[in-house]
Amino acid sequence: MAKMYHKEKSIQIKSSASALYNNLSVLRIAPRCLTYFTVVHANVVNMVSASWDGLNYSHRQLQSKEGNVATSSSLIMQAAWCVLPSRDLLVLTSQKGIQMYESDGSIMVYWHALDTPETPTAQAVFARGIAAVRDKYICVGVSSGSVLVFDVPSKGSNITLSEVLEEHTEPITDMASECSGSMECIADLVSADDSGTLCVWKSGGDFQLLNKIPGFDTSCSSVKLWKGTVIAGYGTGQIRLYEGVTGILHAEVNAHARWIYSLDIAPFTGLLLSAAEDSLVRVWHLTISPETNNVEVRGQKVWIQWLAKVFIPFELFHILSPYHHKFKCIY
Amino acid sequence: MSTRTLPLLFINLGGEMLYILDQRLRAQNIPSDKAKKVMNDIITTMFNKKFLEELFKPQELYSKKALRTVFDRLAHASIMRLNQASMDKLYDLMTMAFKYQVLLCPRPKDILLVTFNHMDAIKDFVRDTPSILSQVDETYRQLLEIYTSLSGGEFQLIRQTLLIFFQDMHIRVSIFLKDKVQNSNGRFVLPTSGPVPYGTQTPGLIRMFSCSGEEIKRVQFRDGGNYTAALREGSFELFGDRVTKLGTNMYSVSRPVETHMSGTSKNSSQHTKVNTLPNPLAKEELNLLAKLMGGLEVQKPSHTDSGFRVNLFATDEEEEEALITRPEELSYEVINIQATKDKQANAELAKIMGEFTEAGDSSPSSSSKGDDLLAMMDGL
Repeated sequence: MAKMYHKEKSIQIKSSASALYNNLSVLRIAPRCLTYFTVVHANVVNMVSASWDGLNYSHRQLQSKEGNVATSSSLIMQAAWCVLPSRDLLVLTSQKGIQMYESDGSIMVYWHALDTPETPTAQAVFARGIAAVRDKYICVGVSSGSVLVFDVPSKGSNITLSEVLEEHTEPITDMASECSGSMECIADLVSADDSGTLCVWKSGGDFQLLNKIPGFDTSCSSVKLWKGTVIAGYGTGQIRLYEGVTGILHAEVNAHARWIYSLDIAPFTGLLLSAAEDSLVRVWHLTISPETNNVEVRGQKVWIQWLAKVFIPFELFHILSPYHHKFKCIY
Repeated sequence: MSTRTLPLLFINLGGEMLYILDQRLRAQNIPSDKAKKVMNDIITTMFNKKFLEELFKPQELYSKKALRTVFDRLAHASIMRLNQASMDKLYDLMTMAFKYQVLLCPRPKDILLVTFNHMDAIKDFVRDTPSILSQVDETYRQLLEIYTSLSGGEFQLIRQTLLIFFQDMHIRVSIFLKDKVQNSNGRFVLPTSGPVPYGTQTPGLIRMFSCSGEEIKRVQFRDGGNYTAALREGSFELFGDRVTKLGTNMYSVSRPVETHMSGTSKNSSQHTKVNTLPNPLAKEELNLLAKLMGGLEVQKPSHTDSGFRVNLFATDEEEEEALITRPEELSYEVINIQATKDKQANAELAKIMGEFTEAGDSSPSSSSKGDDLLAMMDGL
């Protein structure tokens, strides 16, 4: 298989990455020839802004928030950019709540506190799983299994919680959306939880559950939605491809020897990247076969490296592995 | 994150501590009756009922400082004494060993098997003492009750909580370096060969299905690693073969145990600001320590002939040298509990001391006992 990528310059970040699912988020700002990266380290998010010519880097740190406390030690579970047509927001989810910032991390525009009990309970409380949906929604998952739907205006801080989706009963692990632009799709959003259950939704004033795909007692730690196909990575190292609306299993890949921590997909070329605790990053090629309309998975390239970022024109892959503080860009 | 992490952290670190002390007691040819007393005293304190009750409550992990203080007290629960440098080294070894075990666990649930390996060994240390044995068995039952029903996802959350706790600790341990499980930069090696975890398939197969569910195509890919099928699952019962070797005593073959300080100071820039934040959990930590102290039999210095010092280094000179050369950023801060100044904590401690007053013991002495306790804690 011809090599489709090559290595770019390494980018150093201020501290090591915590062992969390989906712990690298990237935002490309084409008009300014900049890319922003975020990596979570315990109660802090390290943000790097890198110019495309590789000459300028600037760093910023964001802290978790907690009620009226000035500094918080509450751990951050995930940080991700939400790209909406009118604005991009950086969302942080922690043990205490959800913080939303302007895309450069400069101003916090919204804070939503989770209901944390007075004395800790056996079930941990946290928010995890972030997705921008359509033109005005940001969805965030919670450890109770709820999915919070926030309505985001085109500017300003008048963000409101418009709906709470209660379908999952286990902690949400990850969420993904498709067609956050103008393309018409049936399914907009997929949410995954610790039991491996996948819920497929259609957004709107009231979100509609299109399908609930049962799990098989294995946590689904990372999920993506591509052309109506749910791509799910599991704790057993398997990747499964389901047709979202019908729940039909298209493919099953014994991809990794350990827990999958992250998936990323380049929507135009169908290249999928999976990264797991077995220290391997694998590249897969997904195609839709015209006769059957089935999704096929083929070929793979093993790249044994702890970090990889694959750049395909107009599309980006990003993977980060826990405990390291550098990532190499594979161009 | 996970509110179920602390018991596993404590028991596994305690287990590692016992392995190391057992080895040093042998290496220093301490008479077996004294050695046994030390092991029994420490294990009795570790599994003190009140203390465990506090430990098993759902709660966030304690700060590094508080945990270190707990282990300082535990190591001194008997007639054995350790100098600062030896205590530092002991703690380094304990933490790096458990970090290694957590990282290398094939499945997150295997952390429970690692815990059982430690528990099995502890049980073996006290097999001749039925009273302590029953305390250990009681702890097994609590572990079984709480942890066997947790899902893989919950165990992964526990594991992630532990990994964040151990993040940026890269002290090099000579046994790990020799066995090539740790690199010279202090990072652990993740093998890409060996059996896959129980429940995982060896990588290499892609299966594709038709809309009706039949398998229509199979593609094999070369997986790049060298994995073999999973071994049988370890036992999660009171007794049984745990299968994994993680958590078993790696010091039983007598090897000098060294940690390397040089080269680790490069990592100081990695140290986060987390440790310097004011700790809002201080009151709960104090609670735990108080419960621990409650179960502690105060060893008065009058038993001069039975007390002895254990050295984690080969010679006294080495120990002194280690204390002087230890890099600043790696020094453990032990909580100096100003219990006498904190009225609420004072009341709490006095209450706990009251709970441990023997039946028939004249109560006028309880206030002086309380003072002794506080004085002892201040001296930490």
